[in-house]
Amino acid sequence: MSNTNLRGEVRGIPAESNHEELSKLRAEGYNMLVDLTCVDYLTHGKPRRFDVIYRLMRLDASTGQDLGRVEVHCAVDAEPPVLRSAKDIWPAADWLEREVWDMFGVKFADRPGIKRLLMYEEFAGHALRKDYPLTKRQPLIGPKSGEKAGSPSFNILKPTVTGE
Amino acid sequence: MADRSQKTYMLNMGPQHPSMHGVVRLVLELEGEKVVDVDTEIGYLHRAFEKHAENETWNNVVPWTDRLNYVSPLINNVGYAMAVERLANIEVPERGQYIRVIASEISRVTDHLTCVGATAMELGALTVFLYLIKGREHLYQLVDNLTGARVTTSFTRVGGVKGDLPPDFAEKFRAIAKEVRLCVMESDKLLTRNRIFMDRMEGTGRMSQADAIAFGVTGPFLRSTGVAYDVRRSHPYAVYGKLDFEVPIGSTGDNYDRYLCRLAEIEQSLRLIEQCLQQIPEGPHSLEPKEIKHAFEIQDAGKHGDTALLAKYAAKVDQTLEGMSIAEQSGTRVLDRKITLPSKESTYTNIEGLMNHFELVMWSWGVKIPPSETYFAVEGGNGELGFHLVSDGGDGPYRVRCRPPCLFPVAAMKKLLIGGMIADIIPTFGSINMIAGELDR
Repeated sequence: MSNTNLRGEVRGIPAESNHEELSKLRAEGYNMLVDLTCVDYLTHGKPRRFDVIYRLMRLDASTGQDLGRVEVHCAVDAEPPVLRSAKDIWPAADWLEREVWDMFGVKFADRPGIKRLLMYEEFAGHALRKDYPLTKRQPLIGPKSGEKAGSPSFNILKPTVTGE
Repeated sequence: MADRSQKTYMLNMGPQHPSMHGVVRLVLELEGEKVVDVDTEIGYLHRAFEKHAENETWNNVVPWTDRLNYVSPLINNVGYAMAVERLANIEVPERGQYIRVIASEISRVTDHLTCVGATAMELGALTVFLYLIKGREHLYQLVDNLTGARVTTSFTRVGGVKGDLPPDFAEKFRAIAKEVRLCVMESDKLLTRNRIFMDRMEGTGRMSQADAIAFGVTGPFLRSTGVAYDVRRSHPYAVYGKLDFEVPIGSTGDNYDRYLCRLAEIEQSLRLIEQCLQQIPEGPHSLEPKEIKHAFEIQDAGKHGDTALLAKYAAKVDQTLEGMSIAEQSGTRVLDRKITLPSKESTYTNIEGLMNHFELVMWSWGVKIPPSETYFAVEGGNGELGFHLVSDGGDGPYRVRCRPPCLFPVAAMKKLLIGGMIADIIPTFGSINMIAGELDR
């Protein structure tokens, strides 16, 4: 087996200065944000509950070789939001940050109006948190619930409402 | 800006538009037929894969992975199983690795055939779709022979695969490869120099190399922009290091290049399977429990000073012993070699197999992996399919993160569509090869 280490070096950086540190890494040549995710360590007794993980790769565009990877961990709490968005460094971070907010409720300080990615806006709670029960049910939304169309996911983007 | 708002209008495309192969909603702002703005809404097929995986045992997650990219389920099975093996630090016998590569490459061909066929159909070339789906059908039958299912394959186990290759697999594959090559050749003749097809594909959905990298795009999409990044080449996992294959790349990064890349990759995948079938060694396909000795045997050997045995064999401790719950003792149940599910034949025909199976699937009795964290990726149909796994020492994952390769080009859709015509959305969306099961998980 040759180089199959897809993790690279694992580093921790303070969440308060994540943008500066990530910019530095970008300047070092880490040009691709491979993944951005989060782990909820609710029961692990860590000082900060969540670990937000940035996975970066230095990709040589001319040869297509992976020149090295790094896994950056930021320990954060859900409140107050301290992480800054990395979407100005790697545009790929835009949707991934939305997913982290959607699934874990970890906010990014400079994205106050961040939208959920996979779930609908009326969804209460954050599904991948360890204290979100697997069998929890959510109230029905939309026209079938009898509610008049006024809910954001049905109205904001399009001018007319189905069935009205 | 006021007059602009009068000129443009909104149009919903999807979530269930016939030419969107998958449930995704595009909210378009159009000026005539020109796309001024686009907003992509996903999540319509969210089935909480990651949440469910946290509540399953390590092996039980495998069937969930079938449902990620459902046109190449075997690659997902392999990717997940390899990630768990990386976490548990175990190595599958070589034959098992070859079988996994064969399975992955069959799936890659079915993925590309579906993608090219569906794109062509949406552009009106129904004949090509039928040709390619005919080729895919042959491969699905081969998958059926191999795994017992066409799509919901669940082929891998932690520590190996479900079973060996069927006896006549190589001959069947040769016959089928001929058929698939014929289908691809016919489609190539019908499409590659077809004026209508080229007009729709060439120059549309173009993405620059820098943009593709910035958006985290991988797979055929990235390769069409000229970057020869392929996980199989950069990080040759399993036995890819021993095989000879080319990484086809494009130059302009438009839909036409992506189509050509996919066609070329089909041929490379078929070549890879042929090489595997030539090279595949005899031997076990999975880790076998024969390298386990009962704890008392090891203990006796130790008393006689034969300590070499201690490292060589894993100890099997009677699960009913009280000592199992003591922390120091739990390490005795070294699971390195005791984590593969027994074959179905064994499970159904003898009590040892049944018990072994039962012990492995029973809640909190199965495979336990020491607390650790890993990331492993394979080259999926659409690019780097990664799994980030966290274990807290339990019998199931604490966290599974699947890096869905097609999320990244879908996230970059604004870049691809704005400024184009509404008709360009169809080929561009087709060549992204969005698979909702993988995108929404």
